[in-house]
Amino acid sequence: MTDRFVLSVLVNNQFGVLTRIAGLFARRGYNIDALTVAETENPAFSRMTVVVGGDDYVLEQIVKQLMKQVDVRSVERLTRKDAIFRELLLVKVGSDPETRQDILALAGLFDARVTDWSEHALTIELTDQPDIITALIDRLRAYPILEICRTGLTAIPRGDTAGAPFALPTEGV
Amino acid sequence: MIVDTLIEEGVEVLFGYPGGAVLPIYDALYERRERITHVLTCHEQGAAHAADGYARAARRPGVVLATSGPGATNLVTGIATAYMDSTPLVALTGNVPLALLGRDSFQEVDIAGVTMPITKYNCIVKSPDMIRAGVRDAFAIARSGRPGPVLVDIPRDIAEAPCGAQCEKFHSPGVPVFSGREADEFARALARARRPVLLVGGGVVADGAGVTAAMLAERLGAPVCATLMGLGALPWDHPLFLGMLGRHGLPEANRAVEACDLLLAVGTRFTERAAEDRRQFAGQAKIFHIDIDPAEINKNIPADAALCGRAGAVMEALLARLPTAPREPWGAAFTPFARRAFPEPGTPRALIHTLWRLRTPGMTVVTDVGQHQMWTAQTYGFSRPGELITSGGLGAMGFGLGAAIGVAMARPGRRVALVTGDASLRMNIAELATAAALRLPISIFVLDNAGLGLVRQLQDEHCGGRRFAVAPGLRTDWVRLAEALGARGLSVDGADGSTPEAVIREALTAEGPCLTHCPVDPACNA
Repeated sequence: MTDRFVLSVLVNNQFGVLTRIAGLFARRGYNIDALTVAETENPAFSRMTVVVGGDDYVLEQIVKQLMKQVDVRSVERLTRKDAIFRELLLVKVGSDPETRQDILALAGLFDARVTDWSEHALTIELTDQPDIITALIDRLRAYPILEICRTGLTAIPRGDTAGAPFALPTEGV
Repeated sequence: MIVDTLIEEGVEVLFGYPGGAVLPIYDALYERRERITHVLTCHEQGAAHAADGYARAARRPGVVLATSGPGATNLVTGIATAYMDSTPLVALTGNVPLALLGRDSFQEVDIAGVTMPITKYNCIVKSPDMIRAGVRDAFAIARSGRPGPVLVDIPRDIAEAPCGAQCEKFHSPGVPVFSGREADEFARALARARRPVLLVGGGVVADGAGVTAAMLAERLGAPVCATLMGLGALPWDHPLFLGMLGRHGLPEANRAVEACDLLLAVGTRFTERAAEDRRQFAGQAKIFHIDIDPAEINKNIPADAALCGRAGAVMEALLARLPTAPREPWGAAFTPFARRAFPEPGTPRALIHTLWRLRTPGMTVVTDVGQHQMWTAQTYGFSRPGELITSGGLGAMGFGLGAAIGVAMARPGRRVALVTGDASLRMNIAELATAAALRLPISIFVLDNAGLGLVRQLQDEHCGGRRFAVAPGLRTDWVRLAEALGARGLSVDGADGSTPEAVIREALTAEGPCLTHCPVDPACNA
């Protein structure tokens, strides 16, 4: 059964790692729906959050192929239940004096901020779960959407601990 | 610093081709020429295959050195070959000075980008202080776990800059381990099988675990099949050994796999050459899979049970847990490889059989890719791991001659027989000059069927016999070509009244490289 998985991948913060991981997905035929990456609290590492579609076979293969990479430190699967999912949306909506109030009300309903305001357009910013972001976009389709920018998902485990990555037992050579 | 690190890593031989971007490295090699032998090939591809062949024969990393741009891209097929066959290879490339990187400078290529999908790891060294760490990591990664090629790209100014304090290597790879409980369960299920078959792959050869595999087969009473890469793991005359399986395999081996109720596969990834129809492969059997690479488990064939680790270590763990009395083999109906029928006289297989009968002690067989490769795999009786060296995964025509040079360098004083085809040999024939310059004892047997035999066979099978671009009509006087490149040339055509046997005997005692032209019937298929 095809599903979407969220993988949190800790990698060495090194030149070329993003290309290497993205290339791995591409050549093995895995579809990336979204990918975000940035340095972590330890500048030696970066955190990649990858949203990928596939069945259990694909998930197993992706995790194993990722763990084979020299630059990958850990791989963790996050679910909505045990992690906080967030995405940032910037959307520019065409507006005139007649529609402006409606758009502002809609933004208010979603706790979104208006970050830019000009004569014929409003730019709205929202940080939330991906499905809420999609819901706002759907509502805004009633007005002309001029441009959409979404960052893709980033995620962090809930609670006190830093998560439980997949681990393969190994020993030194 | 680069060359000193190579010496530190125990490198005695490296294969390469100089150029502008690696001048500083070659200058350092000149200074250390007493410590480290540089083999100059005619083309970087030959050097890469030679380093690969060296690594397979010596069972330690082979090293290849090439300049930037075209030098580096010429390595690509060699690196991909090593990647597909899990050979520890360290490729060092020069590049333009750091400040010129990314400016499309003369002989600049992003070789790290090019080789990313065909290396286990690669990197660009951007500081002189990182050279030692970069090179040492390359060796550690190449030989650790499932071996593979690693490329280190070194801009020219980094190579010649004075080094400060050197970073230590930071990478310490591990091999997967399994718990005693997992092994207990695996062994118990194994012991319950009534008709087990053992399938040995390249992982058994790479780990030199042939003897352990034979013991395991005897304990289980299991007939043994090998993949192409697994040939030599068990000696040809082992009573349980049935030969190679798969598309070009022996019928006995394939029948055993069809009939078994448990297939214990060690160190193989079930490529479609070995397991062509994934749904019907070993249709009655549970699949028990042992591999050093966890990513191979469930990749091509779903496993009913799996253990990850070195082939030898896992099989020893199983032996310790299995009942000590060897079981009666169930597969008496299968003819062992040792009792295989003698090939029909006059066929290419008969020629290979003759070569096998006349083999010299410690001789290695290297092949290229095509029908001759399959005939060799089907007919030749291998006695030990590493006796056959062939491009299995990538199937790179042109592999043979370079690889033979590497093997000869790794096994000095011992003969290398290269079984090749006319089309394969033509691809990198220039390396015969390299072999001649070094006076290497390489006996080349060109099975000349006047064309691309295996492609022709495929066109007959799949394209309704519409043969196209497979009989190039090239007329090569192989004997004179060999002589022109500084080797001896012989022929088994019988023109001078000598028998093929006498010619092969002579070829196997020649001092330097010797090419024997063996015309074969183009109608023979593999």
